[in-house]
Amino acid sequence: STMLRIVLSRTLPRISGISNCQYSAAAIPVPNAQPEVHYNKLFINNEWQDAVSKRSFPTINPATGEVICQVAEADKADVDKAVKAAREAFRFGSPWRRMDASDRGLLLSRLADAIERDTAYLAELETLDNGKPYAVSYSVDVPMVVKCLRYYAGWADKWEGKTIPIDGDFFCYTRHEPIGVCGQIIPWNFPLLMQAWKLGPALATGNTVVMKVAEQTPLTALYVASLIKEVGFPPGVVNILPGMGPSAGSAITSHMDVDKVAFTGSTEVGHLIQQASGSSNLKKVTLELGGKSPNIIMSDANMAEAVEQSHFALFFNQGQCCCAGSRTYVQDTIYDEFMERSVERAKSRVVGDPFNMKTEQGPQVDEEQFKKILGYISSGKREGAKLMCGGGVAADRGYFIQPTIFGDVQDGMTIAREEIFGPVMQILKFKTLEEVVERANDTKYGLAAAVFTKDIDKAHYISSGLRAGTVWINCYDVFGAQAPFGGYKYSGNGRELGEYGLDNYTEVKTVTIKVPQKNS
Amino acid sequence: MPVPDLEVQYTKIFIDNEWHESCSGRKMPVHNPATGDLLCEVEEADTEDVDKAVRSARTAFQLGSPWRCMDASDRGLLLNRLADLVERDRLRLATLEALDSGKIFLMAYFVDLMATVKTLRYYGGWADKVQGKTIPVDGEYFTYTRHEPIGVCGQIIPWNFPVMMFAWKIAPALCCGNTVIIKPAEQTPLTALHMACLIKEAGFPPGVVNVLPGYGPTAGNAIAHHMDIDKIAFTGSTAVGKLVQKAAGDSNLKRVTLELGGKNPNIVFADCDLEYAVEQAHSGLFFNQGQCCLAGSRVFVEDSIYEEFVCRSAEKARNKVLGNPLVPGVDQGPQIDQKQFDKILELIESGKREGATLECGGGPWDRNSLFIQPTVFSNVTDDMRIAKEEIFGPVQQIMRFHSVNEVIQRANATHYGLAAGVFTNDIDKALTVSSALQAGMVWVNCYNAMSTQCPFGGFKMSGNGRELGEYALQEYTEVKAVTIKISQKNS
Repeated sequence: STMLRIVLSRTLPRISGISNCQYSAAAIPVPNAQPEVHYNKLFINNEWQDAVSKRSFPTINPATGEVICQVAEADKADVDKAVKAAREAFRFGSPWRRMDASDRGLLLSRLADAIERDTAYLAELETLDNGKPYAVSYSVDVPMVVKCLRYYAGWADKWEGKTIPIDGDFFCYTRHEPIGVCGQIIPWNFPLLMQAWKLGPALATGNTVVMKVAEQTPLTALYVASLIKEVGFPPGVVNILPGMGPSAGSAITSHMDVDKVAFTGSTEVGHLIQQASGSSNLKKVTLELGGKSPNIIMSDANMAEAVEQSHFALFFNQGQCCCAGSRTYVQDTIYDEFMERSVERAKSRVVGDPFNMKTEQGPQVDEEQFKKILGYISSGKREGAKLMCGGGVAADRGYFIQPTIFGDVQDGMTIAREEIFGPVMQILKFKTLEEVVERANDTKYGLAAAVFTKDIDKAHYISSGLRAGTVWINCYDVFGAQAPFGGYKYSGNGRELGEYGLDNYTEVKTVTIKVPQKNS
Repeated sequence: MPVPDLEVQYTKIFIDNEWHESCSGRKMPVHNPATGDLLCEVEEADTEDVDKAVRSARTAFQLGSPWRCMDASDRGLLLNRLADLVERDRLRLATLEALDSGKIFLMAYFVDLMATVKTLRYYGGWADKVQGKTIPVDGEYFTYTRHEPIGVCGQIIPWNFPVMMFAWKIAPALCCGNTVIIKPAEQTPLTALHMACLIKEAGFPPGVVNVLPGYGPTAGNAIAHHMDIDKIAFTGSTAVGKLVQKAAGDSNLKRVTLELGGKNPNIVFADCDLEYAVEQAHSGLFFNQGQCCLAGSRVFVEDSIYEEFVCRSAEKARNKVLGNPLVPGVDQGPQIDQKQFDKILELIESGKREGATLECGGGPWDRNSLFIQPTVFSNVTDDMRIAKEEIFGPVQQIMRFHSVNEVIQRANATHYGLAAGVFTNDIDKALTVSSALQAGMVWVNCYNAMSTQCPFGGFKMSGNGRELGEYALQEYTEVKAVTIKISQKNS
């Protein structure tokens, strides 16, 4: 447990996934670096199936560049099958439609229990497929999955409509009904967690799901599919399809019998999805997209904490977070000290084999991301930012990049405007409060933001002024299943998590009954 | 099947996750009402023990305590763990409950214990969903509410559904972060004490739940008057409910919620499914030996179907099987104790004396026991004692009505207002009557349909406040509004 504390304090300062509660403390077991893959096919109607085309694709271990295994590749024909299964499971009178809401909650609870039971294995598989350090998969990703599912399990029988005092001799009430067949497309940066964020609210409210998982990281989602079957979800309620965006993803977003699509991924693809909805059946759309989140450090901030939190805000998960604090605005009077300390911290970041317990940073997820990030680093150098540390490849094989910091960054530079999604930190200087709020908001994105200050007034001014879906004060990347998360502007629409997350999976039906005499 | 030769394991007072003897040294006898046998003796809590428990609950509630600092989701997890443990010990708890209360074992297993588990899980789910608000006040302010726990809650529960009432009380209280002192009924302390053991096993910190078996006039009274108990929740008779309310006013104005008696109307229109209505009205009255605050004890039947309804109801009552509650096939067990037994017989006699028609039953089942024959009175008029007073026994009153407005008026002519039933196929009648009845719960074409998601409680002298559902959370929450001056408010 000493190892645990060291690992946790270096990689996860103040992550809300870890509570002080004795119930969640556990020593991290030594991982098996070669976990067996049990499931690599499509999951439709609680059955494992090959793709209709019989095609498959490789999934790669980003730490080595080697193929882990082949996975069945879903395309339009498979999407059609899955949608049919989901539609059938949603039929009026079906077991899923007739089930007590509390029993839907019980199933989600059981799924959480099964995932908790298989924590070690799932963490190993997640690290193998995604490259994130095992210590983090084990103590952050999987526990947060469990908490998310348990949270939504609790909502299932508490999502209540209303009776409404309208004018006239009528009895009026609303039913909160499920929308229907929901397409869900999830990314590769938090494969298990993104799956839970999507399934939790959709299933709690009674929908059925066709989920396309990222081609880079399909393995853990498929294992969870086996648990979905094990705990007793009826066939067709959840269908999971590994496949590519332009084929399987597109088939879902343009499908005439999918009632809603929820997408997490790049803003670029978000545009396509919104258009596809308009071109097909006007399916409801919620999007959780990219960000270029400002992290504002006022001169009265606690310096040590601000440095550590800002480091974490950018470098966590190999920089592959939609909400990464990728524009660190530091007030001029403390800029030099902040920079010096940040560089020291970045230089000490341990990059290496994700199965090694000492590792803080693993590889980027694939070659495409790897090249893109290196491209941004070049642009930074070219456009005149000052390279303070890192700036290149960190190993001979796999997709490792050195923790990189750029100073003297100007708002117009590419690295200050575009989402890098890698371990590249931009530090910018500012003078006044009003100035930094304006500069922070000068972006098409609006996912998250943070401010470090002791001053209560400044804290409120900034948090009110920032156009971002989540604002952190004196902390960063604090998530809870209970708190809504989502973006302003091009960072998306709709909120996930919390009670708010249920809205996106609900159709409200108003029922109005004529009565002989209305009384209050 | 019930656990054979069950030994009672827990007989002491539970304070601070420890078992204590009573300060006075006194013990209470606990009897099996089906046989009269002494099951065991249990430590009897009185004023001093209540003081000890309050100190413990207050400490557990201190700012900075493990319970106060715990994640809300972890409070939920503990409630879910407790539900798991109840499930594990379901057979044992059901057997204990049947032995202690005289209720039918299969009912205890399938109804009481299931409701107990579901209630714990339901509130386990609410724990991290109790949300305050941020509020757009006028002026340069940031305003929000915190939904805080009230503090130390005293809870006094009855003997008719011992373990289920225990869950109904502690679940919302703990969900919202309160600490609890709970006094089970002196007739039925045993399942509450087993629950105390499970509470400790589940991992609730010491002092969060304290269980004090004792008598109303002593331990109950001490709780109702205590100057350091912030809220009291009482389920029991209306007579004692009034005492609890007075005690709160007399002491520290502790918050009071009450769930009291009822004389619930069950209205059967001619256009209903007759056999189904007879059956529902029958179980609506006779369930749990008639010992339900919800019992449909005034069955109003529309004139044109009255005779047929009475005939079928009497037939049903005559066919009831009385006997040992642990034996399958038995429909009705004993009444809980001599006092209840005597009261019910007295009311039966009053029915005969005041001119109601005795259709069946009308007396004890045999000598030297607490069993009473299922009894049906017809031609009951509204002024008879059996039509006005809560009997709490297997005695069904069937009265005749002619019109909708008449029956609504008669149904509402009572100080009680807990529940009501309406049997009709007509949508207009159903909606009109259910709106008009002064009752906390109205059932249409069903009776006793309860579920943990749905609020439960009374109008008028049947109580105040609601249990179950989201509504119960209000009763265990203190709302604090926090207003912070800011330099510039923006929408």
